[in-house]
Amino acid sequence: MATTTTTGPGRSALERRVWEALGEVPDPEIPVVSVIELGIIRSVEATPERIRVEMLPTFVGCPALEMIRQSIGERLAGMAEAVEVEATFAEPWTSDRITPQGRRKLRESGFAPPAPGAAEAEQPLFPTITVRPVARCPFCGSRDTLLENPFGPTRCRAIHWCNHCRQPFEQFKTI
Amino acid sequence: MSALATPGAAELGLEAPTATALADLLLAMADDEFVLGFWDSEWTGIAPVLEEDVAFSSLAQDEIGHAQALYELLAQLTGTSADELAFGRQADEYRHANLLDHARGDWAFSVARRFLYDTADTVRLTALTGSSFTPLAGLADKMRREETYHLAHMHTWMHRLARPAGADEPRGRLLAACERLWPDAVTVFTRPAGEEHLVAAGILGESLDACRQRWLSGLAPLFGELELPFPFRRAGRRLEPTFAEPSDGRRRRGDDFRWLWGEFTSVYRSEPGATW
Repeated sequence: MATTTTTGPGRSALERRVWEALGEVPDPEIPVVSVIELGIIRSVEATPERIRVEMLPTFVGCPALEMIRQSIGERLAGMAEAVEVEATFAEPWTSDRITPQGRRKLRESGFAPPAPGAAEAEQPLFPTITVRPVARCPFCGSRDTLLENPFGPTRCRAIHWCNHCRQPFEQFKTI
Repeated sequence: MSALATPGAAELGLEAPTATALADLLLAMADDEFVLGFWDSEWTGIAPVLEEDVAFSSLAQDEIGHAQALYELLAQLTGTSADELAFGRQADEYRHANLLDHARGDWAFSVARRFLYDTADTVRLTALTGSSFTPLAGLADKMRREETYHLAHMHTWMHRLARPAGADEPRGRLLAACERLWPDAVTVFTRPAGEEHLVAAGILGESLDACRQRWLSGLAPLFGELELPFPFRRAGRRLEPTFAEPSDGRRRRGDDFRWLWGEFTSVYRSEPGATW
């Protein structure tokens, strides 16, 4: 069987099964979304001898990376003789890679999804306080919100406050 | 420490002088991020407000993550490991900019240093995002995106300290911190040995001297807006310092750093080469 690299649902039956299996691997920090919904799977190569998965870290220093690598390895164990999971920065993960389903699940579990268009957005050389990220409150839908802290409980989350329903909420960072 | 040996150069498709210069650049960048990450982590638990405990712990995690990725890249060149590079050297062998050799100081000092460093680092990263050395290009692009959050946060604090309502102390402390830090801030752009090889090979998009000029041109209006002194004067198209520049840009290892080195290497030194 020829080895193929895919970024979609897989060209062979085995690759399709690998993609399906990856859909069951949750993100350890926000377990409502899978690694596929989060968009961190870059490619899958699968033959009966060897499965190779390339993933894109959401943040360079993401402490969950090793856990994700392990969970993927464990979930795919037995599907080929060898399973390799590799992290790469060959292209940047951006929050635009989160799938529509992933964004819906984030919203349903109380996270504001990132603003779309991060990858293409032109940034000034030094982004200053005039560049304020806007988030829609996941509870009441209001846009009258305030960034309280760009740094939250994990690398990828920021803390906002909703002026309308007067509740704090977290946003998956636009990056 | 003399130049790092680069037995991995051929495998990465690099000429020897280029590889040596690249090792010098990567070591400087990695040490910058690593040392700053440790200074930042010292605020965990004692920052002025809880939100800043969270923020500085996050910043520290980012910087140490960046350092790890850079050390791993460097380790491919030197044929060693990221851990050996990070923890297995003597204090004198670290090559962080003098800006990062100072202890964390007071809050204003930490804020001013981060702002000066983050802006400088951003300019340096933009010179690498198109690098012909593709592993570094990808990493620099990713790091630059994360810096956006660091910069916006630090600018908020610069604003808050420079323009306090009804209090002189924050501004006074910020002025003192900037005055002390400016001469060392420019050391981030100390020319790597053999830089011309990096520029010729397209690994570095422009010289660090050109980066420095871009950095100063970007900072001038921000310092103007904050009504803070900007100790540079125009000389033709260049901005030249009005202070004496240190000649030991990445080599002054003072007592502050020696103490920090003792802390962050203590576990590694207790059992060198141990696996965890």
